Amino acid sequence: MRDADVPQEGNRTLGGHRKAVYAKGDDGKLHMVASAGWEVEEIVTAQAVADLERLAADALARYRAGLTSPLEVQMHRARMDIPLLAQATGLWQWRVRRHLRPEIFSRLSPALLHRYADALGLDVAQLKDVA
Amino acid sequence: MSEFQHTQASHCESGVMSTMLRHHGLAISEPMAFGLSSAISFAYLPIVRINGLPLVAYRMPPKWIIKGLQKPLALKMRFETFRRPEDGVRRLDQLLADGQVVGLQTSVYWLTYLPEDLRFHFNAHNILAFGKADDGSYRISDPVAEMAVTCPPDALQRARFAKGVLAPKGLIYYPLGRPQEPVWEKVLPKAIVKTTRIMLDSPLPIIGVRGIRRLAAAIERLDIGTQAQHSKLFIGQVVRMQEEIGTGGGGFRFIYASFLQEAADRLAHPVLNELAETLIDIGDEWREFALATARMIRDRDPLQPALLAGRLRRLADREKQFFLDLRRAA
Repeated sequence: MRDADVPQEGNRTLGGHRKAVYAKGDDGKLHMVASAGWEVEEIVTAQAVADLERLAADALARYRAGLTSPLEVQMHRARMDIPLLAQATGLWQWRVRRHLRPEIFSRLSPALLHRYADALGLDVAQLKDVA
Repeated sequence: MSEFQHTQASHCESGVMSTMLRHHGLAISEPMAFGLSSAISFAYLPIVRINGLPLVAYRMPPKWIIKGLQKPLALKMRFETFRRPEDGVRRLDQLLADGQVVGLQTSVYWLTYLPEDLRFHFNAHNILAFGKADDGSYRISDPVAEMAVTCPPDALQRARFAKGVLAPKGLIYYPLGRPQEPVWEKVLPKAIVKTTRIMLDSPLPIIGVRGIRRLAAAIERLDIGTQAQHSKLFIGQVVRMQEEIGTGGGGFRFIYASFLQEAADRLAHPVLNELAETLIDIGDEWREFALATARMIRDRDPLQPALLAGRLRRLADREKQFFLDLRRAA
C-alpha cells in the first residue's frame, strides 16, 4: 500500500476517529499514515453491529408477545450471548437459558437479579425495564 | 522520570510496548517491537468462538509481544493478575501513585471512550495507564487512539475484569529495571528464524500457512442457500479480525514489512528490503481479499465462497514462498 492508497473515504463506525496504518512513502520506506477509514471496514463492522441489533429487536418482539424475559433483550443489547452471560455471572449455561423463560424470570430472587444486572452493567430496575 | 508521551500505533500490543519502552529510555519503533517478538502469524481457531463465530488471528496470541521482548532486550516484565477486582484497583492506583506507567489488558466493550460501534466483547485490548486526573478518572494512552484519553474508574474496572474468552483477570504489567539496547546482529536473525518456524513448521494444521488453507476449506464449505446470512457473518468476521480489531488494512503484513526494512538497515542486509517489498505486495493481496469479501456481504457481487477460498489458497502459496525465502535470507 502506497501513501496515496491509504483509504480516506471515512468510516462512520469509527465515530470520527482516525487510525494509524503503515504505507509506503516515495522513498520506498513504510511509515505511519493516519487513515480516516476504509469502506470495507465500515461494511464488516456495520454488518456485525446490525446482526447484534437484529437479535435484540427480535428478542424485544418476543418479549412483547410474552415469549421471553427482559433478560434476553438486555443480554443482546449488551452484545452478549448465553455462553458469555453465563461466564460473566458465574452461572451454568443451562440455568441462564432457563432464566430467559418469562415465567421463571418473574420468580428470580433479588440476589440473582442483582447478579444479572451487575454483569450487564445495569441496575435491577433497568434490567426489568426494556421498553 | 520524564513526562509521559502518548503515541498512536497500528496495533495495540506492539504500540503499548513501543510506548512503554520509549518511556523507559529505549527507542523501539512499533514495527521493531512487533518483529523482534516474532509476533506475525496466522491462526484459524474453530473451537474458540466469539459470538458464535470462530476466531481468526493474524498474529500470535495476546501477551506474546510483551513476553517476547524480554529476552532480546534483557528486560524483566512483571505481570500481575487479581482474583478480586478491589485488589486489582488498589494495586493499579498504588503503581500510578509511584509514577509507574502500567500496561493493562482490557475488554473493548467497557471502554467508554471508544466509538460505540467498535465496542464488542473482545478481551485482549492493551492500553497504558499513566496517571489519574483530579476527578479520579484514569489517564489512558490507548495505542489505537490519536490522543491520550481518560476513562472513568468503574468503566476501567469492568474492562479489566470482563469475563469470557481471553478474560484479562485484571492483568497489569510493567518493566522491572531498564531495557538494554540489544546486539542487533544476534537478536534480529533469531527473531526472524523463529517467525519462519511458526509460519512453516507448526505441528498444528490450524497455525501458520496451513491455517490459511484450513480457513480456505472452511469457507469453501459455507452454504449459499438458506444459511447465506450466517455464511456472510462468517466471512465478515474473518475480515473484521483482519482489518478492524487492532490494525488496519492487511495490517500485520505491513507492520512486519516495516520491521524487515528496519532490520535491513540495522544489519546492512539489503536482501531484507526486497523481501519487505514482497510482503507489502502480499499485504495488498490481503486487502483485495477483504474488498472482495465486503462486496459479497453487500451483494455487490454474488456470494461465492469458492472464489474467496481460491484467493486464500493463493495467499497461502505466496506466504509459504515468502517465509521460505525469508528463512534463507536470515
